[in-house]
Amino acid sequence: MGVKRTPVKEIEIPRLVKPKEGLAEEGVTEAELEMLEKGGVLITSLNKAVNWARKWSIWPVTFGLACCAIEMMATAASHYDMARFGAEVFRPSPRQADLMIVAGTLTKKMAPVLKRVYDQMPDPKWVIAMGACAVGGGIYKSYAVVQGVDKIVPVDFYIPGCPPRPEALLQAVLMLQKKIEQEPFNNKI
Amino acid sequence: MADWLDKLRKECEGAILEEEQFRGERTLFIRKEALLDVCSALRCMGFDFLVDLCGVDTGPNSEPRFYVVYHLRNMVTKDQVRLKVGTADGEKVDSVTGIWPGADWLEREVYDMFGIEFVGHPHLTRLYLPEDFPGHPLRKDYPTEGYDFEE
Repeated sequence: MGVKRTPVKEIEIPRLVKPKEGLAEEGVTEAELEMLEKGGVLITSLNKAVNWARKWSIWPVTFGLACCAIEMMATAASHYDMARFGAEVFRPSPRQADLMIVAGTLTKKMAPVLKRVYDQMPDPKWVIAMGACAVGGGIYKSYAVVQGVDKIVPVDFYIPGCPPRPEALLQAVLMLQKKIEQEPFNNKI
Repeated sequence: MADWLDKLRKECEGAILEEEQFRGERTLFIRKEALLDVCSALRCMGFDFLVDLCGVDTGPNSEPRFYVVYHLRNMVTKDQVRLKVGTADGEKVDSVTGIWPGADWLEREVYDMFGIEFVGHPHLTRLYLPEDFPGHPLRKDYPTEGYDFEE
């Protein structure tokens, strides 16, 4: 097949342990730190540890609305394998989800449902608008179609395309990981 | 071939306003008050399948403004006929759900898109659009983007 996988090693995995920052003020010497590490003790900030756990377990809620959902399914399937980034567990219940991938055309009749599913998701939660229709109505300049899901819910990432390739969705997930990494972990509770 | 048509002309005298034939397709324009008589007569003659029921808007200045179109088929003889009933804005048309139960959702669709009301329909509400939707989008004077597009 002509499709190139994103090699896992290209993705930068930040080290959980950043021992030397600010520990001198707390009276911990480097020798002591080394002893701790050898003894299996890791020292990090809570922020880093929580965000690290969050970014590698983004569970999306199943919200496929149109043809974009086919690409979303392809992204989750073995060839593109979103499981490499910890985001493969599509939940049928919004109560168990962190991320809403709005994949497809949002009609006005569906809009209240989208809002309700979003409200049912526990914090912290993020939204990706996938495809031209979800971004801004797409080709449907129509009485029946919501002109962009950001009129209903706050959106973190917009993916252009009609429909976007699975690579594009993967990139959005990776960018979301970077975003989660930089957020204060208790910002959205 | 069209024994049923002669029979219909006799049974429902004055009901057929006009007849049209185009490439083997027969269209009968029906007087609105006689719609149920014509439909039940055709049903008795074996037109047991309502293929489609739809609305047509010919524009705000036309007379009559709307048509309701019925496509019927006799599943035994394969005869087909198209009925057209003219109606004005705000006028009501008799429901044919008592003759062909399959007309239920089709009439709701016509009501949803054109605002034509059907008398005797068991549950005449919008089919596709949300219940609080303003207007009827397949009318010629309805803007494609809807009334609140700029908001």
